Amino acid sequence: MVTGLKASPGIALDPSLATNLFREMLRIRMIEEEIAKRYRDEKMRCPVHLSIGQEAVPVGISAVLRRSDQVVSTHRCHAHYLAKGGDLRAMLCELMGRAEGCCGGRGGSMHLFDPSVGMLLSLPIVAASIPIGVGAALALKQAKRDDVAVVYLGDASVEEGVFHESANFSAVHRLPVVFVCENNLYSVYTSLEERQPPRPIADLARGHGLHAVAVDGNDVVAVQRAASDAVRRARSGSGPAFIEAATYRWREHCGPNFDNTLGYRSEAEFEDWKRRDPLEFLARHLTEHGALNETQRADLAAEITAEIAAAFTYAEAAPYPAPDTAEHHLYAG
Amino acid sequence: MPAERVITAAEAVRETLAQALRDRPEVFLLGEGVADPTGIFGTTKGLVDEFGPDRVVEMPVAENGLTGIAIGSALMGRRPVMTHQRVDFALLSLEQLFNAAAKSSYVTNGRHRVPLTVRMVIGRGWGQGPQHSQSLEALFAHIPGLKVVMPSTPYEFKGLLHAAIDDDNPVIFIEHRWLHYVSGPVPPERYAIALSGPRLVEQGSKATVVANSYMVLEAIRASAALAGVGCPIDVIDLRVLRPFDPTLILESVRRTGKLVVCDTGWRLFGIGSEIIATVAERAFDALKKPVARIGLPDHPTPSSLALAETYYPGSGDIIDAVGKLCDLPAAAVSAARAEVVAARRGIPIDKPDPAFKGPF
Repeated sequence: MVTGLKASPGIALDPSLATNLFREMLRIRMIEEEIAKRYRDEKMRCPVHLSIGQEAVPVGISAVLRRSDQVVSTHRCHAHYLAKGGDLRAMLCELMGRAEGCCGGRGGSMHLFDPSVGMLLSLPIVAASIPIGVGAALALKQAKRDDVAVVYLGDASVEEGVFHESANFSAVHRLPVVFVCENNLYSVYTSLEERQPPRPIADLARGHGLHAVAVDGNDVVAVQRAASDAVRRARSGSGPAFIEAATYRWREHCGPNFDNTLGYRSEAEFEDWKRRDPLEFLARHLTEHGALNETQRADLAAEITAEIAAAFTYAEAAPYPAPDTAEHHLYAG
Repeated sequence: MPAERVITAAEAVRETLAQALRDRPEVFLLGEGVADPTGIFGTTKGLVDEFGPDRVVEMPVAENGLTGIAIGSALMGRRPVMTHQRVDFALLSLEQLFNAAAKSSYVTNGRHRVPLTVRMVIGRGWGQGPQHSQSLEALFAHIPGLKVVMPSTPYEFKGLLHAAIDDDNPVIFIEHRWLHYVSGPVPPERYAIALSGPRLVEQGSKATVVANSYMVLEAIRASAALAGVGCPIDVIDLRVLRPFDPTLILESVRRTGKLVVCDTGWRLFGIGSEIIATVAERAFDALKKPVARIGLPDHPTPSSLALAETYYPGSGDIIDAVGKLCDLPAAAVSAARAEVVAARRGIPIDKPDPAFKGPF
């Protein structure tokens, strides 16, 4: 059930903050839509796991993070990377296998990272990046830094043993880590009910002694509020926290298309979630408060369109890595 | 001249870890039992008292998760040294080692590094059976991006472990439990042995024997007996399996024309197979005889002494193989074999040979 911002008590409705959140979500949406549109050109020759419909979670989380805070992500990492400040050109170059890709063309879309903004890494094995993020938190604690680590995971990740191993260790050592579970209800085509019993995912985290909350993952302000609390706790040494954010992936698990015709989920369910579009949800609120009108929105979109077009043009003209460099960097040093 | 200090390999490991902890604040130890009263066969004993529980971290029983945590900390500039009391336990951590640790430098175009050392203890004896005494180095050596080290003598244990901890890559450091008891001269000061290839242990001319870990000791014993019957051999300690540098082996085979490989693991698809393939590719014309491959038979390790009696190859098998390749007279082979059998003094195969305590 979607509730309005008015039902989120304690939120300072700072129009400039809310407009920034809107802009960030709109930018991610437009980048992902452009990737979907251009995918059939076959210049992006790697799998893509689009974040369309799920933009509020990373934008709400990143709103409370510092550049030096560390983020780890999964195969569906585009939005996490962009929200943390990852470079768009380096991302598109990576999707197109160019030398200037963030991984130099060695990783593809599922390995996005940008250490200059604390986007530590993304890994495409379900749950594999969870302990990496906890290890980053351990390093932050050992180095006596007051930064935090954020671990993005999906609903299927809590089915993996390594989630529990990581949550347990983070609680034993009171590590500065925030687990953010994007519950989009499906692991590829398999629904949550087929995979887990009817109990809140956040209860698993509570069982490990983590501070855990569940939020509407399509309400960016609610996400931001939960993140603010969790990050404050982690940063102040009060230990790890867990946020379950309910959200929905609009398009297929992997690729640019809609796939409701396959029958694994209903058109009605999809339409219901589309009505809860995180962008339009915030836009309505901003409009009601006079913080966003049609002209402003069109200006934002035009500005973002220009940025995206320039980035695609850049990436498409960027050189490929030389074939004889394929064996480089097997070892560091 | 003051006498060289002689200590065991286990003591050498402990000294190395203590020096690393003292010298580098980013080094920390992690393992099941690493801070317990026995301290991983004595190799970490008491270190928690000196360095505290934040540097000598007792871990939950969660091998994959904690390996990932170690990797994450390494990405952030820490230098974890993880220990598994049995390599068999480390199987739970292969996902993290093979996917995350081994590929971090490559997939980030060299921007990430994972200075992680994972000590894995292998071994044999006393009925440990099929899941407590495997020798799985070939699994790790198969993965590009990992370094794999198998020390033999106490001197090598210390120098190679320092190098592993100093290395900016994930290093799998495989310690044979029976070698922990072996003693030898070890300088007290810090030194590192480059992770860059094998070493020549004995120089002969009749055949090349390449061994690793515990099998180096068996090869040294065989070499002495063979020298006694006029058949001196090259013994090469492989010691660094990956990066694989066969230069010394190829040079030796070009001199001797005959090759015997001895694994602590299974014969099939083992390290020896890789050595043989490389020699066949690059020094085929030097080979005067078919190669010989010594390793474990093609079944799991049985617990019962009765079943394990013939499971482990030793110096006698090396003598047989060299004797055959060198066309030694039967009497010479028997004499050499009798010498190594006598040296073992009837010690059952499930107990370490006290004569192997060194010093080496």
